[in-house]
Amino acid sequence: MSTLFVNEEAYPLPEDPRTTLLDFLHQHLAMFGAKKGCDHGQCGACTVLVDGERVNACLVFAFQLEGKSVTTIEGIAKNDELHPLQKAFVERDAFQCGYCTSGQICSGVALMDELAAKNPSAVTCSADYSPKEDISERMSGNLCRCGAYPNIVDAIQDVIALEPQ
Amino acid sequence: MNPFSVQNIKHTQDITGLSTEDSAKYIAGGTNLIDLMKLQVETPSQLINLSQWEDEQSITEHDDHYRVGAMVTNTALANYAYHKPSLSLLSQALLSGATVQLRNRATTGGNLLQRTRCYYFYDTTKACNKRQPGSGCDALTRMNRIHAILGTSDDCIATHPSDMAVAMMALDAKLLLTAKSGNERVVPVREFYCEPGSTPHIENILENEEVITAVIIPKQRHGSQYYRKVRDRSSYAFALVSVAAGLVVKGNRIEKVTLGFGGVGTKPWFPVSAIKVLTGAEFSDEVLDLAIDAELADAKVYGSNNFKPDLLRNTFKSVLNSLYEHQCENDDYEGALYEN
Ligand SMILES: Cc1cc2nc3c(=O)[nH]c(=O)nc-3n(C[C@H](O)[C@H](O)[C@H](O)COP(=O)(O)OP(=O)(O)OC[C@H]3O[C@@H](n4cnc5c(N)ncnc54)[C@H](O)[C@@H]3O)c2cc1C
Ligand code: SF4
Ligand code: FES
Ligand code: FES
Repeated sequence: MSTLFVNEEAYPLPEDPRTTLLDFLHQHLAMFGAKKGCDHGQCGACTVLVDGERVNACLVFAFQLEGKSVTTIEGIAKNDELHPLQKAFVERDAFQCGYCTSGQICSGVALMDELAAKNPSAVTCSADYSPKEDISERMSGNLCRCGAYPNIVDAIQDVIALEPQ
Repeated sequence: MNPFSVQNIKHTQDITGLSTEDSAKYIAGGTNLIDLMKLQVETPSQLINLSQWEDEQSITEHDDHYRVGAMVTNTALANYAYHKPSLSLLSQALLSGATVQLRNRATTGGNLLQRTRCYYFYDTTKACNKRQPGSGCDALTRMNRIHAILGTSDDCIATHPSDMAVAMMALDAKLLLTAKSGNERVVPVREFYCEPGSTPHIENILENEEVITAVIIPKQRHGSQYYRKVRDRSSYAFALVSVAAGLVVKGNRIEKVTLGFGGVGTKPWFPVSAIKVLTGAEFSDEVLDLAIDAELADAKVYGSNNFKPDLLRNTFKSVLNSLYEHQCENDDYEGALYEN
């Protein structure tokens, strides 16, 4: 069953085990939504979902994900309808150059599930904190060179307010 | 990256029959190993893939301990420990490390065995005894802001970077190790790591091809608990200094103190001397100074890390003072300093 699912399509695993998930997406599937920033787990530009959880596609070999389901930014919209977080990013102008945006959105989508599941964060383990600080901490694995952070946090807050908690 | 072959294991007993090459390495989450392979710091010719190791992906609770499988992710363990008052410092330590993305992949076994973040270890053009035995150590005389002050030697001053391991030290966790022969042994985490001495490439007592199968955490009372991590930015950075602590007081006498230090030792640091001074003593500012003086007696600084003894002292005192205040107000309390 040497198969990997990407956005619900099955693909055979690459022959060369050195292929990271990120390189597999780029070089084998020509899906360039997930970006390569640092290639060392230090920027979050390559964030995708594996079985619904966010991970850095640059620090996992494709063979480690045999049988798993990967969702990339290309699979976040349903049919022609943008995901509510994608719409919020547009409305809030939560991107400047846009390079980090696909990772930010994948991260933000997973974050909403993590909040719904009431997963703790380092911030929720400390005294007096605000929901904004908590979102910033949870999004801190995604760096943005253009400094669009305030709008990104606002976009996420908009969507959380829309979703029943 | 050099070419390598892959072997899969699905069950613990599969380890017994493995035919492995000399430079074989286990790969769990891969978040540290793949990074090092990209930089040619690690060059295994074979990877033993633990992704499908089904037996060790869960946490179980027993009468007197918790058993955490080696493949339990940092996220899963943090979420679990958050709901167990006596493990709250472990949850806080895990959540202070890396990012959600990394914690979703990082595993309990892999986190304990992650390599140092010493810059010269990562840069193959620099001298490093840990990476290449006998080549020297560029950190001794160059940038050593993040380096150790305790347990150092003339050959290596690198810190162990794990936050989780510091909490495991404090909680007196035991490691269950399985050898290729099928033999199992249980080793306290406090005896697992080695100081560098003249052999900094030997970091722990794991024998060739031995695997960490699980971590056993004894059920104990730790009172009010706190993991405080001091770092250059508020998130997504390794500790300059960290203190894991639990405190039980009766009146103003210290009945029990649980401690671990990170960012200051060549291994996750178990402060034996400080614990000795504190246990049974009347709580006071003076006794805190005596305790940290005792622990820092053998500390050495290397230039850019000269600030660390003071930073450790201040962090330690501030953490213990907060815990003391909290214990005085909440006698039989068990759990995190801040409850939400
Ligand atoms: C940008 C970045 C920031 C980070 N920040 C922090 C931080 O603040 N705090 C912190 O603590 N950590 C931090 N980390 C490190 C991260 O926690 C580790 O990379 C992770 O825990 C390693 O786990 P893994 O399962 O991915 O290990 P792997 O990379 O798969 O393996 C690591 C090592 O352990 C060996 N190994 C793995 N499992 C076993 C086993 N069961 N038995 C025997 N050997 C085994 C492997 O052979 C390898 O040598 C950071 C990492 C990155 C990339
Ligand atoms: S401190 Fe240790 S890891 Fe760093 S360069 Fe020196 S020998 Fe290498
Ligand atoms: S490209 Fe993967 S984290 Fe930067
Ligand atoms: S918008 Fe440019 S990097 Fe984030």
